[in-house]
Amino acid sequence: MAKLLDQPRYKCALAAMQTVHSITRALPILHSGPGCAQKLNDNLGTSGLFSPNIFPCTSVSEKEVVFGGNEKLKDTIENALKVIDADLYVVLTGCTSEIIGDDVESVTKEFAAASKPVIYANTPGFKGNNFVGHDWILTAIFDQYLKETEAREKGLVNIFAGIPMHDPFWLGNLRALEKLVSELGLTPNTIFGHNRGIKNIDKIPQAGFNLLVSPWVGLESVQFLEKKFGTPYLHYPVLPIGAFETSKFLRAVGNFAGVNSKRTEQLVAQHEDEYYYYIERYADVFLETRIMSKRFATVSDAQYSLAVTKFLVNDLGMFPTRQYITDGTPEQYREKIMEEFKNLNYGIEAEIQFSTDGYQIHKEIEQADFAGYPLIVGSNWEKKLAQELGGHFVNVSYPVIERLVINSSIAGYDGGLKLLEDIYSAALTKLSL
Amino acid sequence: MAFQVDTSNIPTRENRLGSITGYNGDLMDLVNQSRCGSLQNKERCFSQSSTCLSSCAIGQLAGIRDVAVIYHTPAGCTTVAPGTNVLMRQLAARIGETTNTVIIGSDMDENDTVFGALDAVREIICKTYENYHPKAIFIASSCVSGVIGEDIDSLVDELDSELDIPVIAVHCEGFKSRIWASGFDISDHAVLQGIVKPPKEKRPVINFKNFFESERKQITEIFAELGVKPQFLYVNSTVEELEHISESLATVCICGTLGTYLGNALEELYGVPYIRTVNPLGVIGFEAWLREIGRVIDKSQEVEAYIERERAIYLPRIEEVKKELEGLTAVIGMGPGYTYEVARVLQELGIKVSWAAAWHYDYKYDNQEIPPALDYLQNNSPDNIKLSVADQQNYEIMNILNEYKPDLYFSRHPGSTVWAIKQGIAAIYVADEYMIFGYKGMLSFAKTVLDTVKNRSFEKNLAARVKLPYTDWWYKQNNGALLKEGE
Repeated sequence: MAKLLDQPRYKCALAAMQTVHSITRALPILHSGPGCAQKLNDNLGTSGLFSPNIFPCTSVSEKEVVFGGNEKLKDTIENALKVIDADLYVVLTGCTSEIIGDDVESVTKEFAAASKPVIYANTPGFKGNNFVGHDWILTAIFDQYLKETEAREKGLVNIFAGIPMHDPFWLGNLRALEKLVSELGLTPNTIFGHNRGIKNIDKIPQAGFNLLVSPWVGLESVQFLEKKFGTPYLHYPVLPIGAFETSKFLRAVGNFAGVNSKRTEQLVAQHEDEYYYYIERYADVFLETRIMSKRFATVSDAQYSLAVTKFLVNDLGMFPTRQYITDGTPEQYREKIMEEFKNLNYGIEAEIQFSTDGYQIHKEIEQADFAGYPLIVGSNWEKKLAQELGGHFVNVSYPVIERLVINSSIAGYDGGLKLLEDIYSAALTKLSL
Repeated sequence: MAFQVDTSNIPTRENRLGSITGYNGDLMDLVNQSRCGSLQNKERCFSQSSTCLSSCAIGQLAGIRDVAVIYHTPAGCTTVAPGTNVLMRQLAARIGETTNTVIIGSDMDENDTVFGALDAVREIICKTYENYHPKAIFIASSCVSGVIGEDIDSLVDELDSELDIPVIAVHCEGFKSRIWASGFDISDHAVLQGIVKPPKEKRPVINFKNFFESERKQITEIFAELGVKPQFLYVNSTVEELEHISESLATVCICGTLGTYLGNALEELYGVPYIRTVNPLGVIGFEAWLREIGRVIDKSQEVEAYIERERAIYLPRIEEVKKELEGLTAVIGMGPGYTYEVARVLQELGIKVSWAAAWHYDYKYDNQEIPPALDYLQNNSPDNIKLSVADQQNYEIMNILNEYKPDLYFSRHPGSTVWAIKQGIAAIYVADEYMIFGYKGMLSFAKTVLDTVKNRSFEKNLAARVKLPYTDWWYKQNNGALLKEGE
């Protein structure tokens, strides 16, 4: 059912073109309106090699609405192969081509013998948002592109986390997770960003297990890999930020992978030692910033609402007010996520609400008792709210408009320090005392 | 043409202005074919993604302060909301104001594509009315709501009588026109239909259609010398101000593509003269434009005094920079409201235009005449400029740059500049519509061009390290190779 979408914090399934876009040398071909890609690429940055201006597009017009767009799609794919130098072509459908009933599967299959692989995914905007679209794209690639193989590489771990480009820290976080996993003596395999790409997709079936670091997004595609290749997966719901959660994460992954616990404990000790060197040096800042209260609210996707809550409670000793999850989490995942919010140190539990009505969320936060200055972590929409409440604001999730993130990360031990820099920098702009 | 404000739908540019998106040839051929009516559009057998007309329509309307746009569409289209919201707040803050304008989506799902969702839209509108107290509500359609045939007009009729504010339909289905500038017309039509009132008195005001009003201060000062005030449209305007634009002395515009509908409609419907000179870019454009304003509002003496005074300050300085620019070559890729204007400006600075690409081409404006900037070039250009109508097709532009290897590429659309740089060609992003406005703009533009050609570090560094997205095959083709012959 149609519903009020005020202050959107997600896009539509077609925006998962960004997932394709983040695989070096993979190219989305859009069977959609001419402006869909431009609208959906509303965050800063491109893949470098390609950008929405490069994406081939059938630019569905009135003519195709009336007579169908199969021919136009065929022409577009044929010429895309000639004009654009890519290694994997992924056809994505938009709303109009789906409603008029174009047969994208058949058209794409005509290119089975093309010089480069051409695959497709149905991603009409009315079928779901970009969080689910991301999963559909990955499943389509795994299903149509990957070949069966007997080969296995010992210790190889495929890692999947926040969705590319929509999550501002997607790349930095992924690199941080890779580093942590490799420190356990395992070999991380990721497919997004610099020097990964298709050669790493080829290695996916050889992994010992898949590691999904996400409350719910991406679950379908790792389950698909289990079905197709028999690869087990570890679904770790909390993106680890700061020492407490990152150590917990290392232990969980080490345990799942059969890493010697002594090795894991050594690694944890070494990291915590360094982390607390910094915390010790700046602890007085955290204790004595006079315009910082103990309470915070997050208004974000399930990933960051949960991750930031765990970090601020378990590392910094802060208290959650009601937390908001705005990514349209499907019903079947909600209970498990709510459980995670109840699993905080000292028996602290955070109340959460799933909502897409930004107006209502802000009204509630205005009424919430922060026992002092509110700290609000969320999307750019929360900036004005924080200003009106005299609180502090850190933008960690889409939309990200008034800050530029290139490769920084808020995951892991260093990511926790980075988030502290952001939070206390926000406070310092108001009162440097 | 006859403007009809009693209906919510308007013809697209293709139907109204004979606009095209595919052509490859030269200046003289294009103008001659336009004059004798033989110009034919050429379709492409390959396109890269470009722009949606709905972004233009909604972007314009969201500039009005304290209104609500209800967008009946799945979540993806509503991505126009976050960026527009921040931009409009920043633009309001620049003049010490605030805006409470919102864009709210209906988040259509699969069920809605079968059964429709007008009841839900009605609820969303009522909720928005309660929450935000907007001064007007626009209800925008989309590809999905358009294809499934949602009857937005009936809903608008009902709500317009129920609510005490204007409720206006905006038919901006993305598939309807290949020309995104049709979206500007759609927003103008919505304003004319639902907000503008017939004139009661004349006011010493000039309507100024623009995008983001970065020269608001300078223009206000110039107009003050002529005894008039500018009414900028639509960013930072209010519903109350828009009600009165039929009472202004004239309408001017920074971009012919942007202004044609509103300017011509206000003239035809309410007798507000529309200034149809070349645009106020560069010295020639600025002076022609200002003199025509002076003539229309009977302030020619004041205009001449201003021109004489400012010329003395700026012309010698412009000439000084110009000496160093003479002989450079350039390729231009912009919307048609800028391509031919910038071509003239570059020629004023002694730069040779090797190729001019416009994204679309309106072979006549709403007054049935060809755009003045083209008319000017036909009569004054030192050479017959090579020219294409390129629909923002990056592959055609890169092919042109590869063939002509100009000193500079001038672009005006997000994401287009970097591709020239990757081919090692210095590029300037003429994003701000006032970048070359008046004498002052011309001087700083000339300096920017000079700075750009004097330090080529950035493009050389990047070009040496990147791969291009196009195949060798493509670079060996003619840039118009994928245009189909005639329809």
